[in-house]
Amino acid sequence: MQLDPVILSRLQFAWVIAWHILLPAFTVGLASFVALLEGLHFATGREIYFRLSSFWTKIFAVSFGMGVVSGVVMPFQFGANWSRFSDATANVLSPLLAYEALMAFFLEAAFLSVLLFGRKLVPRWAHFFAALMVAVGTLFSSFWILAANSWMQTPAGYEIVDGRFFPKSWAEIIFNPSFPYRLAHTVVGFYVTAALVVVGVAAFYLRRERFVAEARTMLSMTLWLLTALAPLQILLGDQQGLNTLAYQPAKLAAIEARWDTVSRAPLTLFAVPDQKAETNRYEIAVPDLGSLILTHDLNGTIRGLKDWPVDQRPPVAIPFFAFRVMVGLGAVFLATVIASLWLRWRGRLFDTDWFLRLCALVSPLGFVAVLAGWITTEVGRQPWTVYGLLRTADSVSPSLSGRDVAVSLIGYAIVYLVMFPSGIALMARIVHAGPSEAAAAPGPIESGRLARPVEALPAEDRTSRQDAARDP
Amino acid sequence: MSAPIFDFVPIWTAILGLGVFLYVLLDGFDLGVGVLYGFAPDLASRNLVMNSVAPIWDGNETWLVLGGLGLLAAFPLAFAVILPAVYFPILVMLLALVFRGVAFEFRYRDVERRGLWDHGFCYGSAVAAFAQGVVLGAFIQGFRVEGRQFVGGSFDFLTPFSVFTGVALVFGYGLLGAGWLVLKTEGDLQQWARRLGRRCLVGVLAAILIVSVWTPLTNADIASRWFSWPHVVFLSPVPIVTALVAYGEWRALAGRAEAWPFAGAIGLFALSYLGVAISLWPMIAPPHITVWQAASSPSTQAFLLIGTLFLLPIILMYTGWSYWVFRGKARSDLGYH
Repeated sequence: MQLDPVILSRLQFAWVIAWHILLPAFTVGLASFVALLEGLHFATGREIYFRLSSFWTKIFAVSFGMGVVSGVVMPFQFGANWSRFSDATANVLSPLLAYEALMAFFLEAAFLSVLLFGRKLVPRWAHFFAALMVAVGTLFSSFWILAANSWMQTPAGYEIVDGRFFPKSWAEIIFNPSFPYRLAHTVVGFYVTAALVVVGVAAFYLRRERFVAEARTMLSMTLWLLTALAPLQILLGDQQGLNTLAYQPAKLAAIEARWDTVSRAPLTLFAVPDQKAETNRYEIAVPDLGSLILTHDLNGTIRGLKDWPVDQRPPVAIPFFAFRVMVGLGAVFLATVIASLWLRWRGRLFDTDWFLRLCALVSPLGFVAVLAGWITTEVGRQPWTVYGLLRTADSVSPSLSGRDVAVSLIGYAIVYLVMFPSGIALMARIVHAGPSEAAAAPGPIESGRLARPVEALPAEDRTSRQDAARDP
Repeated sequence: MSAPIFDFVPIWTAILGLGVFLYVLLDGFDLGVGVLYGFAPDLASRNLVMNSVAPIWDGNETWLVLGGLGLLAAFPLAFAVILPAVYFPILVMLLALVFRGVAFEFRYRDVERRGLWDHGFCYGSAVAAFAQGVVLGAFIQGFRVEGRQFVGGSFDFLTPFSVFTGVALVFGYGLLGAGWLVLKTEGDLQQWARRLGRRCLVGVLAAILIVSVWTPLTNADIASRWFSWPHVVFLSPVPIVTALVAYGEWRALAGRAEAWPFAGAIGLFALSYLGVAISLWPMIAPPHITVWQAASSPSTQAFLLIGTLFLLPIILMYTGWSYWVFRGKARSDLGYH
């Protein structure tokens, strides 16, 4: 069998990024939640916020550690497997990636250490500030990586010289046409994902009548958040759809499995797309609704895939189904929120068993929605790495053989299949243990001063060590 | 591209040189601590050894990401040539870093499988250090290039020389790690770190000596750079200072000084780094691609430079602050406990 380095490199990238994206999908929202809890504790002094913050910080630490190590892998993929892509796009894309490291990664790393281990060492305000900086760092990170990703989808502000991209306008490169929509849709999706996890954990405790006070606070807070975000996310998704229609019409045609250009297009609810025969089987469709939803005009025209040569069409079935999974889950989340509002109004939010069961059920589905959305947009970009300009097949490193990539793919598969399930099991263990009551007293810090100051350490040790610690 | 108004290449060479050096020192000492961890006598000392780097390892590893992305941003041609050429050592390094990185949290929480994560931490650190040393060796050997692409094979990197530099870097990181542990521990554990540090120092000095003979013997360009007249006069301080620092390092490890072993290890790394830089300058993908040929467009370098000059001092400031928060001897009640 001939092993194809392009296909295998794509599989490898899909594998490492699909696992990696689960972690920011969780930690971006969770970092903001922890910062909010730290802020509430700082402002109100109520210790329930302290217990919740300590609890979620533990889970954050495990997931962030996995995010770091799986994230370090990512930039090296560009060079090792996609060196021609790197060479062609570096002048435009690389500063965006480097700014992510400079603005986000260092900020997160330095302040996370204080958040995790520094409670006894710094005043309360500094600990809150550290939580805030970690949250800000995750948002900076989202900004830059999505700017880079969006540029690959809707390139702008460049010129091409000798087959390589050169920058003409940095403002146009960063704020390329799909970036604002993608940033909003992705970050809100990440917040929804983290909020659903919190809701699920709270429901788990309530159904077992453990940590009831903490669980009520968590459930109420995050359901209010979801009440705002679940409908907002649907609006943002609609806006990104309009953007895709304008800038990536072939992707949109694949998402809708639309083969022929028509106005008054139907909305295809279900079908089995047949890429060879250029048609759909078993189609269930609602007349006219497709044009109305996708173009906001009943007579709107949607271009079909047959408008493009065969070698410029994305695969159809994957984005078609992934998109429907994402939209369907969005509807489930909205229904959950509506149910919560009804129960809240009736005063039954915390003791309705079917609702708590529903909360536990939807808890992991945010991750599925994020992955489905990610697959939709990335597979829909094919067969290009830079949309319409640089082919995926021309992006791969020429020196690699299929066997090389097969070996590395197996390596990543084994290591990730050890690491990620272990990490998930550990987080489940933390959830089972619950927020600790022993940690109720907020450490040795009284009125913002250290009760047990670091100065209590032997004096002769300190001077030499301070210098050395600063040295590196 | 047309001639730029201002040549950013020397500035970027300096920034990237500094970034990579900081990575080597910072992750070097915590990888070294990981290597030594495997030799720690008992559970209590293993806990202390790990706590000494728990708050800072992830910031240290961030310099690796910055080094990679900085190379991509400032010298993309070098990035596109070097990474496919060292495909397997980089793969091994990344997988090893995954294991040793998650071991911090996992070892602490997954008590039943603590042995597995202990090994993951120790072997992960050692393998990552070895793989980085192999990359260094492959870098010094140089890469086969046609046009803008690496055209060699995926196993070109594997030679006795690169395996040797791999082993050498494990000793080097071990020395840095021992220096750090002398700083962060006391009593018997510190004595233990001093003992291991001396063993690593012997390995490091042997490696420096062998590489210094081996490279000029196999590479005429490097030989002429060091030994031709009048270079030999300007460059002779490098080996002389190295010998003096090595002697001082031995004294520091054998004596009572707490900060000097770490400082001396940094000094040896700085000198070795300088030696490699002198040998290869101005090549960034030896033997043919110079920093100017590999440079990204002036607009790219300028755009990134503005932010970097602003952000890098801030990063150094708050990273310094986080080190300062965790100053003092490693404590069992801070970090994982």
